[in-house]
Amino acid sequence: MTGIAFPAPDPAILARKREIVAALRRLVAAPEAVIDDPVELAPYETDAFTAYRRVPLAVVLPGSTEEVSRVLAYLARERVPVVPRGAGTSLAGGAIPLEDAVVVGVARMNRVLAIDPANRTARVEAGITNLAITQAAAEHGFFYAPDPSSQLACTLAGNIAMNSGGAHCLKYGVTSNNLLGVTLVLTDGSVVELGGEALDAPGYDLVGLVCGSEGQLGIVTEAVVRILPQPEGARPVLLAFASSEAAGACVADIIGAGIVPVAIEFMDNPAIRICEAFAKAGYPTDAAAMLIVEVEGSDAEITAELFRIVAIARRHGVTAVKESRSATETAQIWKGRKSAFGATGRIADYICMDGTIPTGRLPEVLRRMDAIVRGYGLRVANVFHAGDGNLHPLILYDVNDPEQAAKAEAAGADILKLCVEVGGCLTGEHGVGIEKRDLMRHQFTEAELALQAAVRRVFDPAEILNPGKVFPLDLEKAA
Amino acid sequence: MRLEPASEAEAATLVRALARDRTPTRIEGGATRQAVGRPIQTAATLSSRKLAGITLYEPAEMVVAARTGTPLAELEAALAAKGQMLPFEPPDHRVLLGSAGEPTVGGVVAGNLSGPRRLAAGACRDALIGLRFVDGRGELLRTGGRVMKNVTGLDLGKLLCGSWGTLAFLTEATFKVLPRPEAELTLLFEGLPDDRAVALLCAAMGTPFGPSGAAHLPAGVGAPRARTVLRLEGFAESIRYRADRLADRFAEHARAERIEGEASAALWRAIRDVEPLAEPHGRAVWRLSLPPKRGAEAAAAIRAERACNVLYDWSGGLVWLATDEDEDAGCAPIRAIARRFGGHALLLRGSRELRARIAPFHPVADRVRALEAEIAKTFDPFGLFDPGLRAAGT
Repeated sequence: MTGIAFPAPDPAILARKREIVAALRRLVAAPEAVIDDPVELAPYETDAFTAYRRVPLAVVLPGSTEEVSRVLAYLARERVPVVPRGAGTSLAGGAIPLEDAVVVGVARMNRVLAIDPANRTARVEAGITNLAITQAAAEHGFFYAPDPSSQLACTLAGNIAMNSGGAHCLKYGVTSNNLLGVTLVLTDGSVVELGGEALDAPGYDLVGLVCGSEGQLGIVTEAVVRILPQPEGARPVLLAFASSEAAGACVADIIGAGIVPVAIEFMDNPAIRICEAFAKAGYPTDAAAMLIVEVEGSDAEITAELFRIVAIARRHGVTAVKESRSATETAQIWKGRKSAFGATGRIADYICMDGTIPTGRLPEVLRRMDAIVRGYGLRVANVFHAGDGNLHPLILYDVNDPEQAAKAEAAGADILKLCVEVGGCLTGEHGVGIEKRDLMRHQFTEAELALQAAVRRVFDPAEILNPGKVFPLDLEKAA
Repeated sequence: MRLEPASEAEAATLVRALARDRTPTRIEGGATRQAVGRPIQTAATLSSRKLAGITLYEPAEMVVAARTGTPLAELEAALAAKGQMLPFEPPDHRVLLGSAGEPTVGGVVAGNLSGPRRLAAGACRDALIGLRFVDGRGELLRTGGRVMKNVTGLDLGKLLCGSWGTLAFLTEATFKVLPRPEAELTLLFEGLPDDRAVALLCAAMGTPFGPSGAAHLPAGVGAPRARTVLRLEGFAESIRYRADRLADRFAEHARAERIEGEASAALWRAIRDVEPLAEPHGRAVWRLSLPPKRGAEAAAAIRAERACNVLYDWSGGLVWLATDEDEDAGCAPIRAIARRFGGHALLLRGSRELRARIAPFHPVADRVRALEAEIAKTFDPFGLFDPGLRAAGT
């Protein structure tokens, strides 16, 4: 694909590669922490938005906040663009490098610094994976709630950059609702502590601002997150429906009845078939749509709540009800859902959209999305967080067919414009990155974008951090 | 000069005029918290009073939007009529501050004000999903929207929520809401000293039984005996089960009594509004936010310095402290101790003289203050809105 423009690399910086690499080697202790060999740079040329690739000038993987500070101060002084990177799992191209940029990765900074059950907090280095936080908290009976599907690989640093969500954020919220403090390295090399172990902080809510800022305000090296006690138990139920409309109406009624399950996941028939073929989770492959509804609590509480939910589903003509009977079945059910993207990748190339819509518009939007994708002669599989209206249409195409690729990109853009049109937004949890950068004017006015950009420049006046992302390239530097 | 725009467009026009003349302007909602922060004098007051009314309510989507001048009571009544509520349990500070007027939606957002349920369901800033506002150039702008998940662009709403009117004039706020629990029940443990009470509350919050309130009222604060309270909310059967498990778990500390229905609700309203510390009115009231498990230690350290009455919420993470106004109401030791224990202290109530003498808002580190000053300039380049309210010279 070639639809998205990148800022042109600065030849003067490209010519200084040797000097810049040498300087970086002096700034970090571990010699292997600076990568400049073209072969070793290849794994860093893209993230999970694989249609676009740029080999960076170099990669540096600092081992401490101090090293990040030295590296950032040097690169900012030399006006070398910096692309912060966690695990490189961004679906929006948030971590795709530029050819004249140095990638600053935090993956080596992955230690748990403290788990504090009495405070219900964990202090960790930001390069830790999302799942490793939950694993470290588990021995105390706690977990870290935001659970993106990539949680095995993705880092907290990346989660903070994108304000990531996950299947269970209907009840527990997204990253920003679970983040109490960050250690932030600014481009001048200064290190600021924002927030901490208390539930709020003095002054403006800079922790809240940094969360979701897509690596453009500074580099987060440590964080304090809330951890929650594990529920006594959790049990999902699969509900099959003969139409997407019926499934959508069922979701609205569950919430309308005062029930907030921990998760309500929606899959349409193509997604059900793809995931079932991969995970053998016992999904009803003949259903037009399926919900996975999970509730938590004691056995009796779960049974009572599922009873209410199934009764609502029956009013909407549920065609099959399958309650998990064991931990193994529960794991299978979630494996199917969480491997949706991977399983789709086995049968076709795809791009994954991430718009959010008011849930009341669900049936209409599903219908119109289908029409949009068909209009381009492509197929779509839908798997998404129905409780909060966060859609994930997967547009299937053949990456080796440039025409199909261009059509997939165009269909994706049309879908996101539809999301905005019905009162929603371009991205619910993946971030803008490069992918949705050029659509930002569909959601924001010029003045709104200018204010956001001005706030960004408070932190990074020269805009060296993650340039070419989030904001349209031709945005006026007003305000 | 008092300005009461009746529409967003009118608000924008008025702010453009204020900007043209560089007129320092007080921003006002229901005026119930005018005595918070440094006393300021402004040539103009810009009120949201006439920007009233609910603009969107979709119960099945758990979303509500209201103009900022809407009385909070009106919004909460509309939600209650559909069996829903604001998750963060916004406080009413009229009794504590001895103020009149009607708390508004805008005032709650401006202060990021959250009650006991903050511990379990998040703060105002967590429920806030969209804002419309007029910046200091008179430009009508939006951040966020009406959907629950939205990471599109910088989250400016977080800056505005808790900015106490210093960045922009808020015109409309959108929240995600929650179903109102079918029932509530309070477990009461009597006679515990502060340190054991806070330890119990923290331990209870670490169980799967999900208390939605965890507070401690020491002896003499609202009642002769110390009261340590845990609130459970939800379906009636479920809360009875959870109450049994918690009562068993902490049986060694004290026998738990149960308070139900309106008596329970009244107790949590009093805690939310800090009512037990409201009298006598001449005393200063500090709000300390701390790592919850350090709450009792921090309060003990402060009590070693000066006499005060204490109320603990958020399982020790929110410490309310009433003390005499002599020696700057203990500002220096209280701030030092709050910092030492990883927290901060806001003087929520104090005489005009005291608020002029000390910094009511907890000072932040120099580098952070520099960032904040630059951020304020991006929203309000002429320094119109509530100048000097948060810190001298801003």
